[in-house]
Amino acid sequence: MGMEDTRVQALLDVRDLSKEYRGAGHVLAVLRGVNLAVMPGETCAIVGPSGSGKTTLLGLAAGLDVPTSGSVHLAGHDMGSLGEDARAAVRNEHTGFVFQNFQLFPTLTALENVLVPLELRGGRSDPCPARELLAKVGLGERMDHYPIQLSGGEQQRVAIARAFVTRPRLLFADEPTGNLDGDTARRVADMIFDLNRDAGTALVLVTHDNELASRCSQVVRLRNGQRVEP
Amino acid sequence: MMRAFLSPWVWRLAWRDSRSSRGRMVLYALSISLGIAALVAIGSLGRAVRRAIDDQAKGLLGADVVVSSRKPFGDEERAVLERLGGERSDEVSFASMIQFPGTGGTRLVNVRALSGGFPYYGALETDPPEAAEAFRRGEGVLVEEGVARQFGAGPGSPAKLGEWKTKVVGLLRRVPGDSVAFTTLAPRVYLAGDQLPRTKLLGRGALVRYRAMVRLPDATDAGKALAKLRPRMRELKLDVDTAEKRKESLGKAAENLNGFLNLVAFIALLLGAVGIASAIHVHVRQRLPQVAVLRCLGAPMASTFAVYLLQSVALGVIGIVAGTVLGSAIHHAVPWVLRDRLPFPVDASFSWMAAGQAALAGLGVSLSFALMPLLPVRRVSPLAAIRAAYDTGTRRFDAARWLVGAGIAGSVLAFALLQTRSVRQGVGFAAGLAVAFGLLALAARALVWVARSLPTGRLPFAWRQGLASLHRPNNRTGTLLVALGLGTFLIVSLQLTRASLLASLRMADVGKRANAVLFDVQPDQVDGVVGVLGRLNLPVVESAPIVTMRLKAVRGRLATELATNRADRIPGWVLQREYRCTWRTNLADSERLVAGTFTGRVSPEASPVPVSLETGIARDLGVSVGDRLSFDVQGQVVEAVVGSLREVEWRQVRPNFFVVFPEGALDAAPAMHVMATRVANATESARMQREVVREYPNVSVIDLALVLDTVEGVVSKVALGIRLMALFTVLTGVVVLLGAIVTGRSQRLQEAVLMRTLGGSRAMVRRILAAEYAGLGLLAGLVGCGLAMGAAAALARFVFKTSPAFPVFEIAVAVVAVPVLTLAVGLMASRGISDSPPLAILRNEG
Repeated sequence: MGMEDTRVQALLDVRDLSKEYRGAGHVLAVLRGVNLAVMPGETCAIVGPSGSGKTTLLGLAAGLDVPTSGSVHLAGHDMGSLGEDARAAVRNEHTGFVFQNFQLFPTLTALENVLVPLELRGGRSDPCPARELLAKVGLGERMDHYPIQLSGGEQQRVAIARAFVTRPRLLFADEPTGNLDGDTARRVADMIFDLNRDAGTALVLVTHDNELASRCSQVVRLRNGQRVEP
Repeated sequence: MMRAFLSPWVWRLAWRDSRSSRGRMVLYALSISLGIAALVAIGSLGRAVRRAIDDQAKGLLGADVVVSSRKPFGDEERAVLERLGGERSDEVSFASMIQFPGTGGTRLVNVRALSGGFPYYGALETDPPEAAEAFRRGEGVLVEEGVARQFGAGPGSPAKLGEWKTKVVGLLRRVPGDSVAFTTLAPRVYLAGDQLPRTKLLGRGALVRYRAMVRLPDATDAGKALAKLRPRMRELKLDVDTAEKRKESLGKAAENLNGFLNLVAFIALLLGAVGIASAIHVHVRQRLPQVAVLRCLGAPMASTFAVYLLQSVALGVIGIVAGTVLGSAIHHAVPWVLRDRLPFPVDASFSWMAAGQAALAGLGVSLSFALMPLLPVRRVSPLAAIRAAYDTGTRRFDAARWLVGAGIAGSVLAFALLQTRSVRQGVGFAAGLAVAFGLLALAARALVWVARSLPTGRLPFAWRQGLASLHRPNNRTGTLLVALGLGTFLIVSLQLTRASLLASLRMADVGKRANAVLFDVQPDQVDGVVGVLGRLNLPVVESAPIVTMRLKAVRGRLATELATNRADRIPGWVLQREYRCTWRTNLADSERLVAGTFTGRVSPEASPVPVSLETGIARDLGVSVGDRLSFDVQGQVVEAVVGSLREVEWRQVRPNFFVVFPEGALDAAPAMHVMATRVANATESARMQREVVREYPNVSVIDLALVLDTVEGVVSKVALGIRLMALFTVLTGVVVLLGAIVTGRSQRLQEAVLMRTLGGSRAMVRRILAAEYAGLGLLAGLVGCGLAMGAAAALARFVFKTSPAFPVFEIAVAVVAVPVLTLAVGLMASRGISDSPPLAILRNEG
């Protein structure tokens, strides 16, 4: 399979990606020449010890930051050639996010939190898909509750509903179960994989959890900023 | 950016995002309300005053034209007045003593003998009202209400004016054209013109002013009627005042005062804006993680920025609306408070224009201040959502920060220039404000540093914790110190300046210096008055002859010509005033020779006569030693040359002179005498005045106590307005303090819970809070007072040319009051922090 072909087919195509941070008098290389391709509907886990560059890779892949060298193509867009606002528009159209610490807006209700990505697209959005998703994650009765009125697992379920409400082609998840206890973590993971299967959404997740990683079709292992064979 | 504001999502999110903090936000908004309220009230009052001046223009003078002179009107003057036409009233006025035989009181007053129907516009306000007519029939005198009350006199009380024994027919409250504030030194006493001879006060050389008040025939334009007569009037040395001229000068004075009060109000507004900016800073910092998430979810930078900008605009609008309502309420009360201080009644109608201007200033200032803490929103990276330690880049150079800073400086300068209409004063105000803010901010930094480096190890636990709060991360010490310190600074510098002025006068009352002056003593009365003083064992500290004269020419050019030629830059009053000069053989001990030689004696034929000029008047006239001057001494021209220059210490209560002649030069001129003595106390002064005036009713007496009273009265009246304005600043400081405490409440709650979980008592938590607020208040009080002392010293030295006074009591009160106020407000706003059950807090704040 030629390089151009991969780029056409892959939903996320990361080539030779490096990231350096310049501190006082020294350069810290966090990522060095990482390659990665994720096809539509595919699931990919990024694993590795703390400080190996997992979160940096996820951030660069999602266009949250710009690499020092290398390229990222997301849904056919060359993220390196786009400005910050244009990258934001690509994220809004094609991706969803789930964070380790949920990152819900404390001033918005569960339903309003789920509606944010839709509303960002402009105009008044139809709340029906948001309600359906919240019902699907088991929060049909708690749509009007604020984050502080929900437990950690419930908050993460709201975050998952928010991530899927735009029917994204790719979901980025950063330690989605890292802050949850065993049972809850398992249920949340099931939910993510179910939605992934049902909606055909590709999945890129950063995790320490080997069990979670093993459920993915592709595992990218990092050590000292470099991809190593599993 | 504008497109972002049109997005309904931005409005919705701004509204929803404010949910948990609406109460707090309203509190922040209120910090600019007091400044707005002050601007609205002052602006409305200013407009009402201007309207009143326009509506009541003629009533401001009581006549269309007033012509005045220091000489009685002769045939020539009368001919000019006849040509004006219309109806005329005549008034003869001079300073003299009134006696109240009933109570034995004696007081210097401004005697006004009135014939004719003046005032033609407006009315004399008297108690009882019919007294305004009774005095014209010669039934007695009208006495200024304040003086009558001071000496226990009322309608029907006996009174004596010169030789005329009469009675008080009524109390005088208001005369069209006169402002009460300026009649404190010499309160007015009216009598009928035809009764004047009975006082036998005229013709004894007293300084008399003659006025003709004219009502022109209907539909006559005063300006046109006067145009043809002006050259002749100038020749006759007649001063002319018209309603139009009065309107202009009053309007200008009102505008100046209004501009000044507006500036003080503006300080309160600025302080409020600092409060808002500081609140937004905290609000935005709490929201930065959410901004990062929004960016992750694909929100454009402009939209996220617009959300928080919109909230800031809302804060400004709420503050402005509340301030306008409050300002309109205050404005309605102001005319009532000021009723005795304005020369005419003023309506309390609300001015939308003033409200509009205040709103514009409020929105401009609060937004430009709010922009600064909003700027970091633009730089939040979406990466911060997944990486907590990610540097958001707020420390990098940001040109926008400089732009916003320049915008703030520009808007403050623009407001100051608009209000003062003078580049020098406007820039001076803005620079002074920047220095005050800068010094307070600098002091705050220094104090944070000191609090951190203090060896607090030996202090009780509560104090250690309280002091640590002053320098912990996210502290608001800087903002609070500026907020509380600025109000303290304004009020205390006002108090100190007032104290310096009064102290410099009181200082005159030491040793053997004179503290009472007797004037209008006739040459034939000198020995007699000296005899009375001798009988009372009072010293004659000084006795000087006085000759009145006018300047005729300066360095060979006519004074009339110089007065019309503005290129010479000689103030009109210096050229046109009546000079009261003396002659003597030596310098007085309140004088110091700075140039030339003082000549003490010349022969009567000497010409030019070497005279000694006071340095200030020499500077105004633009002359120095060797320059020629001509004086018109009651018709006789005396040629003089500047022989020496003297510095005069004017503060001493003694006769001081601009021009001193040598003995021999003015022997032939008609002279009056002025004497200075020293009295031990008020009782002795009253007895001296009574004795002197009983034997010599034409002699007038003024003592230091009266001067002090007058200065105190005038200073207090002026200070009241400024103090009220400064109070707005203090209250704004309190609101900012409240806002800051409420903002930091959740952090405090967590600390309190932790403290209690670890075994601290509720009392301990309260003590820690108390230590923090008391410490903060004490620092603010100290820094505010320190700055105020510096400002008052500078004002005393450079503006009032006196030595500064630092009354310990006033300063101590401020140093104690500020921490007490801060402590009270702080503990009140922190109520509940020490009592809430830890578990509930953990759940709520989780």
